[in-house]
Amino acid sequence: MMQSTSILLSLAIWCPIAFGVFILVFGRDDNPGLVRWVSLIGSIASFIVTLPLLQHFDNSAHGMQFVEKSGWIERFNIFYSLGIDGISLWLILLTAFITVIVVISAWEVIEKQVAQYMGAFLILSGLMIGVFCALDGLLFYVFFEATLIPMYIIIGVWGGPNRVYAAFKFFLYTLLGSLLTLVAIIYLYLKSNSFDILEWHKLALPMPAQIMIFLAFLMAFAVKVPMWPVHTWLPDAHVEAPTGGSVVLAAIMLKLGAYGFLRFSLPIAPDASHYLANFIITLSLIAVIYVGLVALVQTDMKKLVAYSSIAHMGFVTLGFFVFNDMAMQGGIVQMISHGFISGAMFLCIGVLYDRVHSRQIVDYGGVVNTMPKFAALFLLFSMANCGLPATSGFVGEFMVILGAVKFNFWIGMLAATALIFGAAYSLWMAKRVIFGAIANKHVAELVDLNKREFFMLGVLAIAVLAMGLYPAPFTDAMQVTVSDLLKHVAVSKIMP
Amino acid sequence: MNNMNLIPLYPEIFLLLAICAILLIDMFLADSKRHITYVLSLATLAICGVLTITNFNGGTSVYLANNMFVADPMADLLKVFSYIAVGITLVYSRQYVTDREMTNNHLGGEFYSLALFALLGQMVMISGNNFLVIYLGLELMSLALYALVALRRDHTVSTEAAMKYFVLGALASGFLLYGISMLYGATGSLDLTEVARVAASPVVNKTILVFGVVFLVAGLAFKLGVVPFHMWVPDVYQGSPTAVTLLLGGAPKLAAFAICFRLLVEGLFSLAIEWQQMLTILAVLSIAIGNITAIAQTNLKRMLAYSTISQMGFMLLGLLSGVSNGDTSHAAAAYGASMFYIISYVATTLGTFGMILLLARSGFEAENLDDIKGLSKRSPWFAFLMLLMMFSLAGIPPFVGFWAKLSVLQAVLATGQVWLAVVAVLLSLIGAFYYIRVVKLMYFDEPTDNAPIQPHGDMRVVLSINGLAVLVLGLMPGTLITACSQAIIKTLAS
Repeated sequence: MMQSTSILLSLAIWCPIAFGVFILVFGRDDNPGLVRWVSLIGSIASFIVTLPLLQHFDNSAHGMQFVEKSGWIERFNIFYSLGIDGISLWLILLTAFITVIVVISAWEVIEKQVAQYMGAFLILSGLMIGVFCALDGLLFYVFFEATLIPMYIIIGVWGGPNRVYAAFKFFLYTLLGSLLTLVAIIYLYLKSNSFDILEWHKLALPMPAQIMIFLAFLMAFAVKVPMWPVHTWLPDAHVEAPTGGSVVLAAIMLKLGAYGFLRFSLPIAPDASHYLANFIITLSLIAVIYVGLVALVQTDMKKLVAYSSIAHMGFVTLGFFVFNDMAMQGGIVQMISHGFISGAMFLCIGVLYDRVHSRQIVDYGGVVNTMPKFAALFLLFSMANCGLPATSGFVGEFMVILGAVKFNFWIGMLAATALIFGAAYSLWMAKRVIFGAIANKHVAELVDLNKREFFMLGVLAIAVLAMGLYPAPFTDAMQVTVSDLLKHVAVSKIMP
Repeated sequence: MNNMNLIPLYPEIFLLLAICAILLIDMFLADSKRHITYVLSLATLAICGVLTITNFNGGTSVYLANNMFVADPMADLLKVFSYIAVGITLVYSRQYVTDREMTNNHLGGEFYSLALFALLGQMVMISGNNFLVIYLGLELMSLALYALVALRRDHTVSTEAAMKYFVLGALASGFLLYGISMLYGATGSLDLTEVARVAASPVVNKTILVFGVVFLVAGLAFKLGVVPFHMWVPDVYQGSPTAVTLLLGGAPKLAAFAICFRLLVEGLFSLAIEWQQMLTILAVLSIAIGNITAIAQTNLKRMLAYSTISQMGFMLLGLLSGVSNGDTSHAAAAYGASMFYIISYVATTLGTFGMILLLARSGFEAENLDDIKGLSKRSPWFAFLMLLMMFSLAGIPPFVGFWAKLSVLQAVLATGQVWLAVVAVLLSLIGAFYYIRVVKLMYFDEPTDNAPIQPHGDMRVVLSINGLAVLVLGLMPGTLITACSQAIIKTLAS
């Protein structure tokens, strides 16, 4: 059952892009205040535009909703085709929401080339929403790749001392995976004479072809998620990016890869997914355990949170490949909750960095004495990061562990160790930075959160707690989609 | 067909008459009035464009002059783009050539006339249906270009480049002629239609044919600038005055594609298996060597020259995907993809060299990579345009270069050669590095050269349109893609 053609999705995509282009063209560096206000209005408008999607979404409907389809490139049968289901709905809302937060976070922090900064983020926001709603394989690819350009500029212009290396690594590493996916996409087009993703879901493919296609898609999505061992670009990119860039990278761009697994790998190559499931589960467990241990020994706060992101995304991919409802829903919930939590963690680190200009844990100690409000929020987010019940971090992790145990007890056990490691690195960092006596004069001179910072962290805290205490709206929306997907994946596609 | 209807020939006839008129008028103009030559040249191009467009025969091919001249949809489309390319080149070059006194004193307005002669040669190449006519067009274009490269005769780098270009070009033309003579010997005719018929028949001597094809491909490879006939490209691109580099790298590529199509596809389609294998080797080597060597360059023009080599390799991938295992159903799509690739490549190249011309001033050639450092702070708008063009050349969506690469990859995959597509894609990843390095220099670094950028009004407008075209064609590529594929389909059908 599909709703009749609406323009909501197009509006959600093009509204932020239009605002971004407007700010880029007309923004002047001699009037940054005006630029900031226009960007804020633009990002809030773009968020408001996505709210009707939530309001009119039918939780019990099968198939895609808010579908739009118009011709684009006749010669290759490429259509401008959009639609969302339970998986993409909350990801789109998350994207628009995080964009508002990022605009607020840059308020006094970014001083040079403000117009270009805001413009880049708004355009990036629109492109990411496009990835989540594209129903045409090539339209997906165009949006997927196009997100690289603004992020490359953001890391390279406003980033830290080693930003050039990080920007190149990010761009080329992600491009490598995507180019192999392009070959797979063209192959699917030649087999089915269409780029329609839903057509591809139904396409029957022999096993060798399925495995090649799965591996090609895996290249792109594994780099994006990122999975061990192609994760090494993430610590560099996160550390060197400006705060807003780290937030968007962690909160949303990693989810592009996980979304790709759900939209492409699983439904198009279900037999290959089953065949290679153990491989993916192993990689996910390595990410959860090994990368968790790596996070434990970090001395740079941002790098610690970056590695913790990889560990959390390991949970997500684990949830997808044990093939049961509980785990898959848990994975998707984890995606959204991780968006809030890691976004909040990076913002907290940014708050400290703006004051002391250091991300090293040794440079801090006893922050609670001079910044009590900040300490409270930082501790809340650290607890959420380790998966404390009543925060959103718990919901996803618990569902994935339950699902994993159903699949195989020992895999569930190993996944559950994530809770231990998560607690270890999050709380140890919190202890060293926040608690104890005042370590040095930098900490002694710290000023507590101002209204803007309190607002943005507070909003995220409310989101984390709300999702942790009442996750039903999220799980209700994705129930039908996930069960349909699992039913589809359970059926073999190979022709007898 | 002895059709004495000369209407399809009007553009060439008019161009020749116009060049002669411009030469004469220019003789009486003082240096300060040189812009009249410029305006007359642009007007000539506009009128040629009108003549070609009003002559669109609705998709049928017309053969004239004893079958030596053909006006088919592909030729018309390529000619229109050639006019646009040469026109844009002249707009970008005007300030540059005036500053460097390439249009002064004894030289007069020869820059413009020679450029138009080169265009005339290209038009003859595009429309030639006979070995000798194609060769004549090729030589006319090449001789004009040799003279243009040497125009700054007091500049040692330019004269060295001209010598290299001339000697190697003459050698390549010799190869081409040798190949043509073999093919004539084997088929008994210089007419491409006749050659195609005889080559397909069983009575022909296959050995001599293949021998001829080898030399033919070698000559064509030189003109395109693909490995292993590529050594002239970096030196000539770097040594020529940048305005001439643009004349070399823009419109002549369209004509080179046209003669590859005429000779290999229309003339020697029955030998497709043979020349496709040759082209595969040329293509893979070009993409590899072009991309890898470009990384080490510090001179922007040289880097763009190596990038040209790899882009030509990619274009060849389309030409070699026509026939697979005797199945020719994908041929039109493959050649259409190559045509779209070359057109989008020329559009983007015009912009990149236009940017170099923009940054150059009297006494200063902005050809090193360091010269574009910090361009985003000196001129945000032009830095943005250069960003569009660099990402387009790298093949990143949503710019036109991505669609060009997609079309060619689709053609390659349709032949089932997955390995070739994967190799091409991985090598173009290596290539992406030096394109985004340019973006890095513009955006991430501080400017080392702080002179103000003052382009003339016409250059500013045309460069902006050029850059935005890369973006707009990337968002709406359908029209151009369809036009190219329709042109090829109709050309092959008649």
